Parts: sequence; structure tokens; C-alpha cells
Amino acid sequence: MAIIKANNVSIRYITGDFKDIGLKEYVMRRLKGNYKVTEFWADRHVTFELEKGDMLGIIGTNGAGKSTLLKAVSGIMVPTEGNMEINGSIAALLELTSGFDGELTVRENTYLRGAMLGYTRDFMDKMYDHIIDFAELKDFQDRPFKQLSSGMKSRLAFSIACLVNPDIIILDEVLSVGDGAFRKKSGNKMKEILSNGVTGILVSHSVSQVREMCNKILWLDHGKQIAFTDEKDLYLDAYEEFLQTKNLPQSKEEIEKLAADWKERKRKERESAQRTEAQKLQAVLEAGESDAALQAALNIIRKRNPDLLK
Amino acid sequence: MINKIKKHQFLFEELVKRDFKQKYKRTVLGMGWSLLSPLLQLLVMSIVFKQFFGRNMDHYTIYLFCGNLVYAYFKESTSGGMNSLMANRGIFSKVNVPKYMFLLSKNVSSLINFGLTLCIFFLFALIDGVDFGLHFLALIYPICCLVVFNIGVGLVLSALFVFFRDISYLYDIFTLLLMYMSAIFYTVDTMAPWFQKLILCNPVYCYIKYFRVVVLDGNIPSLAFHALCAFYALVVLAIGAWVYKHYNHKFLYYV
Repeated sequence: MAIIKANNVSIRYITGDFKDIGLKEYVMRRLKGNYKVTEFWADRHVTFELEKGDMLGIIGTNGAGKSTLLKAVSGIMVPTEGNMEINGSIAALLELTSGFDGELTVRENTYLRGAMLGYTRDFMDKMYDHIIDFAELKDFQDRPFKQLSSGMKSRLAFSIACLVNPDIIILDEVLSVGDGAFRKKSGNKMKEILSNGVTGILVSHSVSQVREMCNKILWLDHGKQIAFTDEKDLYLDAYEEFLQTKNLPQSKEEIEKLAADWKERKRKERESAQRTEAQKLQAVLEAGESDAALQAALNIIRKRNPDLLK
Repeated sequence: MINKIKKHQFLFEELVKRDFKQKYKRTVLGMGWSLLSPLLQLLVMSIVFKQFFGRNMDHYTIYLFCGNLVYAYFKESTSGGMNSLMANRGIFSKVNVPKYMFLLSKNVSSLINFGLTLCIFFLFALIDGVDFGLHFLALIYPICCLVVFNIGVGLVLSALFVFFRDISYLYDIFTLLLMYMSAIFYTVDTMAPWFQKLILCNPVYCYIKYFRVVVLDGNIPSLAFHALCAFYALVVLAIGAWVYKHYNHKFLYYV
């Protein structure tokens, strides 16, 4: 049974003058006839299906409709057309630090966030120490939340969201929180969760992260679905080439061509990197005043590639 | 609906706690202030208006208190509720939770406040020599109506506030007008009969009147009057519920 099934999902979004205006301005604009609202399809005919244990990476440039699609998956928005089937509980880690209250203490915020994510009080009582330990905030438990640094805030948010066992986890640009050490810890935790057979959706601008964590790819561009596939390497190569050239592929052949172009580009880059390295080395050797540097170079060549000296 | 409430009970409790703490953390007196403020208001009003309106009336202070009690609860609950959706936009635009919970949790804290003021009201009534009796139990009815009415108005206002941010200023003016139209410090008995009919169109006045009939006259209002009280509450609640249902997924575009 599919855990998530998006069937020809289209979502219409509206934007325009209606935001942040008062009644007075609304009436004035209406009278003058310069009240403009534009409607557009944030997502159009998106179809995909995820089985248990799948990790979907959604890629696409800004404004591709990734976040809107996630909102539809988590039930905050409903598709204008098509339908979305969800079988399981969802933990959405959308934009980590929003929804906290600066005046409440860390402890109170932890419970509040836990409640928002749909946990029970018993569960939070049981997990609270765990969460604080993981976030490394033991000394800050009863301080107001606003006194924390932004790194600490996202650490807490990540820890709360991580220590659950949801059926579906939604990660929207959240894997790069905290300092190096914490990032490593959170990465490991994430892998542990994923290895337990959770179904996940990841939105990230880091292609290498998607490559590492996902087994399926959904490529969106301006709301249109370019591809939904499990040939992730091919499509990620093509996507990276697309980011360079902005040539949107229209067919499978073009995808393959893009991917090939990307490999070619990578190869050239590697070659030119090697060339510059060689040039640098030569410059160093030539600038050396004693023969010791040359002798060292000779020693290395003798050891690594004696054929060159013949 | 009940399942939904059960599912989100923990969130609801946490929201109530948060609203409570937010409300009282800035005041030195804490909850004491919420009690003191209506009392001081009552004091000022009774000093000023007793000379004009209260000369030939028994228990004028209690008469005034009835009006003030109901009106203050209405105003606090609705003005506070107006911001409830907007203030929680960071939550409902990220997590799928029932949006009316924010308003309900705000209403819980104003209800508690109202309850405390009510205790003081009874104390005053006792001191003033009002006849206590079992008929006071009838007050539960207008209180229930008022709670429902306030929630309904709060639903409508909080939705409107998302669409038009200047509603709060307009609403301030409206509540001022409403105060003068609710016969809080004057009596309508000496007014023209058509005015006495017309003022029944004001739901807040109806709830105040119910209180006065029970506390001051020692009576229970007619059945028709009960129906009128319930009618206002249910109509407003229905409108509010419809607005929330209709705009449930559209609020997102406006925040």
C-alpha cells in the first residue's frame, strides 16, 4: 500500500494587493480599480507515489512549488484539483523556529511544540529529558526562550521533532542546523530514523544531500512536474547541468544529454584542477633556491611512478 | 468534532497556559490587576453617574455593576480574541491544527477573569443587601449564552482581522458606541416605548437585562426573552463557524 499517493495534484495560489491592507485601503483600491489579485498554479499535474521506506527528494529552483506541495502533503493546504492520499501520521519540520514563544521558558516551549506536533503529554513527559540532552540545553531549561542563540533555538526544534516515530517525515531545508558537531549528530539521528523504515520527503538546495539521502526524485519547475523517477543519479546529474545552463529538458533524451554534459563538465573541471595543481607545483620547484626541493620531487617520483624517469 | 478535541486536548491545554502567562507576566499585580481594574472602573462610574442617574434608584451600584460586568467580559473576550488567529500565524501556517483552538484558548482566560469578577459582584450584592435565593441559579443561562455569543463574535472578528488589519481601530469605536447603547449607567424605563423595544436588538443589553431582572428584581425573565438570548448567541456562532469553515484553507494566503 502506498504511504503517500499524489494523484494529478494541482494547487492554485493567489497573490496580490490583498495582503496587509486595511479596510480603508481595500475600499479605495476597489473604487480606483487598481486592486489586483493574480492567480497562478503553484503546482500543476503533479503525480507521485511513495512506498514505505522511500525517501523522496524534491528538487527545483526557487518558486518551483516545492513548499506548496509539502503544505498539501501535511494537510495545511488542499489541492485545487486532483487528490492526495496519506496513510500514516506526519511529522512536518517546516521552517524550524517559527511558532515558538520568546517569553515562555525553554521547558514550556518544548511542551508547546510537542503538542503542536501532535504528541501526547505522557509521551512528552517521558521524552523531555531526552530532548533536552540531545539539544544540549540542560543549563537553559528554565530560561526564557528569547535568550537562546539562534543556533540553540534550531537545535531545540530539531531535537523535539526528531525524537518521534512518525510514519512520514517532511524535511524542508532543516538538516543544516547548529555547529559542525551538532550537524554531525543530527545527521546520524536522521539516518537512524530513516533506517527504521519511515517514509520521508526532503526539500534541499544541496544536491549532494539529496544524492546521499534519497532514493526517489521529484523534479519541479514553475509548478510543472519535469520528472518523478528512481534513476536518481541520472536525473541529479541532469539537474546539476540544468542549474548551470538553465536548459529545461523536455524529454528523456534531453535528460540523458544533460547528464552526459554534466559528466563532461565535471571531467573538464577535474582536469583543469589537476593542471593548475601541476602548474603551482612547478612554480614552487622553480622558485626553490636549494636543490633540496628538486631532490624531494625526484624522491617522490621514484617512489610513485619510476617509469617516468626512464 | 469530539474526537478532534480529544486529539488536540494537549495542544489546547498548552495554548491556554501560554495565553495565561503571556497575559499576566507584564503586570506586577498579576491576576490581581484583572480584578482591580473593573472595580476601579466601577468606582469612577458610580461616583460620576450616581448624581445623574442614581438619585431615585435603589442599589444603583449593583445596577451599574451588572452592566459593567457583562460588558467588560464581552469587550475583553472579543478584543482579545480578534488577534488570536493572526498572532498564531506562525503555527497554523506550518502545522495542521484546527484554527478555532487559538480563539477558544484566549476565551478560556477571559472566562476565568469573568468568573473572578463575578465572585466580587456577588460579594458586593451581599453587602448591598440584595435578596439572595435559588433564582440566582438562573444566571447560568445568560452566562452560557454570553460565552457562546463571545466565541461567535470572536470567530468573526479574528477572521476579519486576518483580512483587514485596521478592523481593530474600527472595533474600538464600535465598542464605545455599544457601551452607550447598552444602558450600562442609565435606565431605559423612562424612555419612549419604541426605544425600549429597539434596544432589545442589542444582544449585550439583553444579557445585562437578564442579570438585572434576576439580581435586582428577584425574578426570572419570560420564556420569549430566553429564546431571544439563545437566538443571538446561536446566530453569531453559526456565522463565525461558517466563516472559519469557508476560509479554513484560505487564511494562509493572507498571512
